Amino acid sequence: MSGLLSDAFLISLVAGAIAAGIPLLLAGLGEQVSEKAGVLNIGIEGMMLLGAYTGFYVAFLSGSLWLGFLGGAVGGLILASLMALLCVRLGLNQIVIGIALTLGADGITALLHHVQFSRTYPRLPAVDTLPIPLLSQIPIVGPGIFDRHPSVYLAIIAVFVLVWVFRRTNVGLNLQAAGDKPAALDAAGVSVTTTRTLAVLFTGMMAGLGGAYMSMIGAGIFIPFMTGGAGFIAIVLAMLARGHPTWVLYGALLFGASLSLTTALQVGGVNVPTDVVQMLPFAMVMLVLVIFARRSALPAALGLPYVRGQR
Amino acid sequence: MTNSLPAATAETGANAPIVVVDGVTKRFPGVVANDDVSLSIYPGEVQALLGENGAGKSTLIAMLSGMLQPDAGAIRVRDQATAISSPRRALELGIGTVYQHPTLVPTLTVLENLMLGAPWHQRMNRAATRRRLGEISEMLGISLPEDATLGDLSLGQQQQVEIVKALWRGEQVLILDEATAMLTPKGVEDLGQVMGRLRDAGIAILFITHKLNEAVRFGDRVTVLKLGRKVGELTPDQLAALGEDQAITRIVDLMFGTASPEGAGGDADRNNSRLIDGPVVLSADELVAAAGPGEPAVSGVAFQVRAGEVFGIAGVDGNGQKQLAEALAGQRRIVGGSLSLKSEPISGLSVVQRQRAGLRYVTDDRLGEGTVGTFQVGLNLLLKRIGDEPFWRNGTIRKREVERHARTLIDRHDVRTPGPQTPIGRLSGGNIQKALLARELDNAPIAVIYNKPTYGLDANNIQFARRAIREQADQGVATVLISTDLDEILELSDRIGVMLQGRMVGIVDNDRDAQRRVGELMIGVGAAA
Amino acid sequence: MTADAGTNDPTPTAAGLSGQGTGMPEWLVRIVLALVPILLALIVGAVILLLLGRDPISFYVNIVRRGLISWIGLQETITRCAPLILLGASLIVAFRAGLWNLGIDGQFLLAAVITAALSASMIQSVPAWIVLPVGMVAGFLVGAVWSLIPALLKAYQGVNEIVTTLMMSFLGVSLANVLIKIPFNDPNTTVPQTLTLATDDRLPRLFGTTINIGVVIAVVVILVVHWVMTRTAFGLRLQTVGANPKAALHAGLSVPLLTVVTFGLSAGLAGLAGSVEILGVWGNVRADWNPGYGLAIIPLVFLARFNGIAVIGFTFFFAMLSIGGETASRRADLPNYFVLVLVALILIFMALTEWLSHRRALARRA
Repeated sequence: MSGLLSDAFLISLVAGAIAAGIPLLLAGLGEQVSEKAGVLNIGIEGMMLLGAYTGFYVAFLSGSLWLGFLGGAVGGLILASLMALLCVRLGLNQIVIGIALTLGADGITALLHHVQFSRTYPRLPAVDTLPIPLLSQIPIVGPGIFDRHPSVYLAIIAVFVLVWVFRRTNVGLNLQAAGDKPAALDAAGVSVTTTRTLAVLFTGMMAGLGGAYMSMIGAGIFIPFMTGGAGFIAIVLAMLARGHPTWVLYGALLFGASLSLTTALQVGGVNVPTDVVQMLPFAMVMLVLVIFARRSALPAALGLPYVRGQR
Repeated sequence: MTNSLPAATAETGANAPIVVVDGVTKRFPGVVANDDVSLSIYPGEVQALLGENGAGKSTLIAMLSGMLQPDAGAIRVRDQATAISSPRRALELGIGTVYQHPTLVPTLTVLENLMLGAPWHQRMNRAATRRRLGEISEMLGISLPEDATLGDLSLGQQQQVEIVKALWRGEQVLILDEATAMLTPKGVEDLGQVMGRLRDAGIAILFITHKLNEAVRFGDRVTVLKLGRKVGELTPDQLAALGEDQAITRIVDLMFGTASPEGAGGDADRNNSRLIDGPVVLSADELVAAAGPGEPAVSGVAFQVRAGEVFGIAGVDGNGQKQLAEALAGQRRIVGGSLSLKSEPISGLSVVQRQRAGLRYVTDDRLGEGTVGTFQVGLNLLLKRIGDEPFWRNGTIRKREVERHARTLIDRHDVRTPGPQTPIGRLSGGNIQKALLARELDNAPIAVIYNKPTYGLDANNIQFARRAIREQADQGVATVLISTDLDEILELSDRIGVMLQGRMVGIVDNDRDAQRRVGELMIGVGAAA
Repeated sequence: MTADAGTNDPTPTAAGLSGQGTGMPEWLVRIVLALVPILLALIVGAVILLLLGRDPISFYVNIVRRGLISWIGLQETITRCAPLILLGASLIVAFRAGLWNLGIDGQFLLAAVITAALSASMIQSVPAWIVLPVGMVAGFLVGAVWSLIPALLKAYQGVNEIVTTLMMSFLGVSLANVLIKIPFNDPNTTVPQTLTLATDDRLPRLFGTTINIGVVIAVVVILVVHWVMTRTAFGLRLQTVGANPKAALHAGLSVPLLTVVTFGLSAGLAGLAGSVEILGVWGNVRADWNPGYGLAIIPLVFLARFNGIAVIGFTFFFAMLSIGGETASRRADLPNYFVLVLVALILIFMALTEWLSHRRALARRA
């Protein structure tokens, strides 16, 4: 058995799908929450990047990945609170502010990285994994999925937590109402502004965590602009998943797999340019949009500031 | 404030009002939406609040439900002067509202919609919600599919959910805003029964409608709003004494008649019908217009308008007048029948082609579609002639021509604007309407369709607009005047067609008897002439 | 979201920005409103520099010295303006019509690659004065074609163009790299890149400077775009669609057709920017080259309030910041990305200024 279906290829593919997919998953879940609440968070790319930086920085200083994740979450939250203030509270243009925050994060992280790490380029040590008994023994998928840093399992658990939140809690109802019919939420006596603010903050936190995973565990190093559009992919994932956290999971793994396919192919002995493979997920998204154009509905009030009494 | 009818403040027996609206005024830029309105809402009684669109009903409700605050006057609940500062406060005061535009989330289930609004940290209590839904459903005599997604229910059922929600915490006051607007006749019947049960349970109901027959049928008390003011009220005693037919006549008087405080000069001689023998200019035959979901379907409309004639189209708002106007203007596809201008068929022509041929449309949606608010007045005056000579030459604008044109029209129609370059959105409603009239009446119109040309204007501007319409007709323009203001129709028209549910149910000459016959046709009781 | 362009409200012009009551003429108010955010951004930027332990004064002085005063630097700055101005023109067209073309990076790069490959192979049999215009036309067409799917989806299905143009942008960038590495790869180089157009065959330079005529083309194009937008019937139609689509229907305009045409023009100009950059400066495209001008130019166009002449000014300012910033950063031992921080700050302050002046206008009216 050689070439495409060799074990080495498959193991590498599964492992790569997880490594590239987890940041997308975390950010995508976050974005899904704010899209559900009616805020198109274009600044998520910047939130991921800032989270990647702060996460790495804290982990580097403290030597603790968990503190690093905390740092990443805070990094994302900082930008998200700016976004919430400017877009949700003041009702400024969500797209302009989103781009501004992304640019700002691009610049500031590159600056800080340069000042602090440009001579040393420190790396974090390889992470300890937590193999899950029995499951990690399964051939091929075992080591790829069940022998991972615990944060991977937590990220996947987060999917089901969100499913629960959306379906079983008042928070889930409020979020959906804020996006689909803000006036209904207002009439029910819940503040649309507060709901959306919290949603944006949550997005920032998740994006920060995703970025932190990317730098601390995925790469082990912070590189300027390392998110490379992952935030935008997360936006699209969230849009296509239309409120289903599990779809974000599948999508993230699919994107992750195609991002890692090149490496896997090389491992499997096939040489395909990265770019061909990288086009696949985007081409797929466009195909889906063309076929299901009419049904690619987004929350009705997405991108619109809410003003009471305006229809 | 009130009219010739005795102002009914006499309370019926021991029954004290639960909510009192006392001299409330609410202004919006350019409009006084509610002008010193007073009314009382009694427990165990359905009060019908009747008025045309724009009469100020929605504003009044918005203040009762906490969405808006009055500029002057007060609202008292259970004898306490109270600021209803938010929707939540309204609910706390026991005032539940079913809005005209649904305020449920279509993507949530019935049960979820009912749970919406609970504190976020509270557990979702489906069982308790189910129980409460059961209780209220029983009181209303309805049954609802609890786990169906709301958007999949019929509009009648969705409204029942709205009512359940409005009564959720044992609210004692229920406000129903245009509750029948989207219902089928069967749905209206069901709603009537529900209201009856609620009244019997001692709930105070404010039933807002623009449909006269519903007001009389369901209302124990009828209050009439017109142009932001309360023009009259019929108490339960008066209603009982009058009987249904007389009550309707009385209310028609209040709504459309000379009883209005700003009636059209009160001319007793209503014979406005002139002998028009010009050639037929605009002719529609068995016209059928495309209709989107939820829109009234215009079908089988036939009429002819001669040069110099004013053909009024009356009808309660929302019976297909706007759709008909759009079909005539070319904004809406004509799917059947024929339409001709000066004997040339025009059903296939585009908006621009009809405009060039001399067919003009003065829309009622002045800001939404009539103008581009951020564009200067001068350009808005040419919005339908972009690229035409002499204002553009080879596609390039000639500012001097545009400005000269603008100044001419501004002078001719007395548009009050700082200048031709002022963005039109900064002008008052009346001046925007003048600009629209100026645009459509410029450049040799042959036939003009006016849709609610004086809606929302003050008295001066109303007079101005009506005079302009009349003058144009005198110059030989075939005029179609769509209005929900019967005074206006009676003042200006030579003949009057009445729209009901997308059809033209009758055409009458504007003689002495016109008011009665048109009023009857509007509510579907008169036979076609 | 019905993907209604009007709801995105990309038209921060007009309302609320007049100098009524302040006694200042309108143009002066506009200039002040544009300069205030820049000033605030420079101040906050200075604070950041101080925090990093750098001297902000000498940093800013270095930027101006290198980007504006030094002759070599000035030539670079002006050269850099060419693609930026063309991208600005591209965005003006889209934004004025109320459409979010966020895919200009993909359109730019794809056009650049195809222009490079086409011109370098044509030049072997055809004189340069034919090759250069053909290359530019090709770039324009490539950009336009790349916007076709988002345009049709938006016009006829109402699909949100933000998502589709972003996706097509990523696709375009990847496809450009595929093209460089496989069909258009120059077999004679180790690093994958397209064939190279010799320096002599590129766009002619101005009067013995290093500035090629690309910047002249760009300025002419943006002035034409500005003129079309403000002075022609076509431009007014586009703006009507952008400002109020319902009014456009009422006035009998074909909104879907105008949407597709707008996209074609906007993306075509982005493609032209790619062509000019290749034909004027680089002569070839290397794998993984992507200057990513898109994100930086969008804010500038907003800052200029979609005014073509103002875009030229802001672009020059930005180009000076980037060129001068390279040197200033090197001297201060910082990466060049500080400029990004400044642009972000400008944008945020601009939005805030806008909001404040809008609030004041509302307060005055009430």
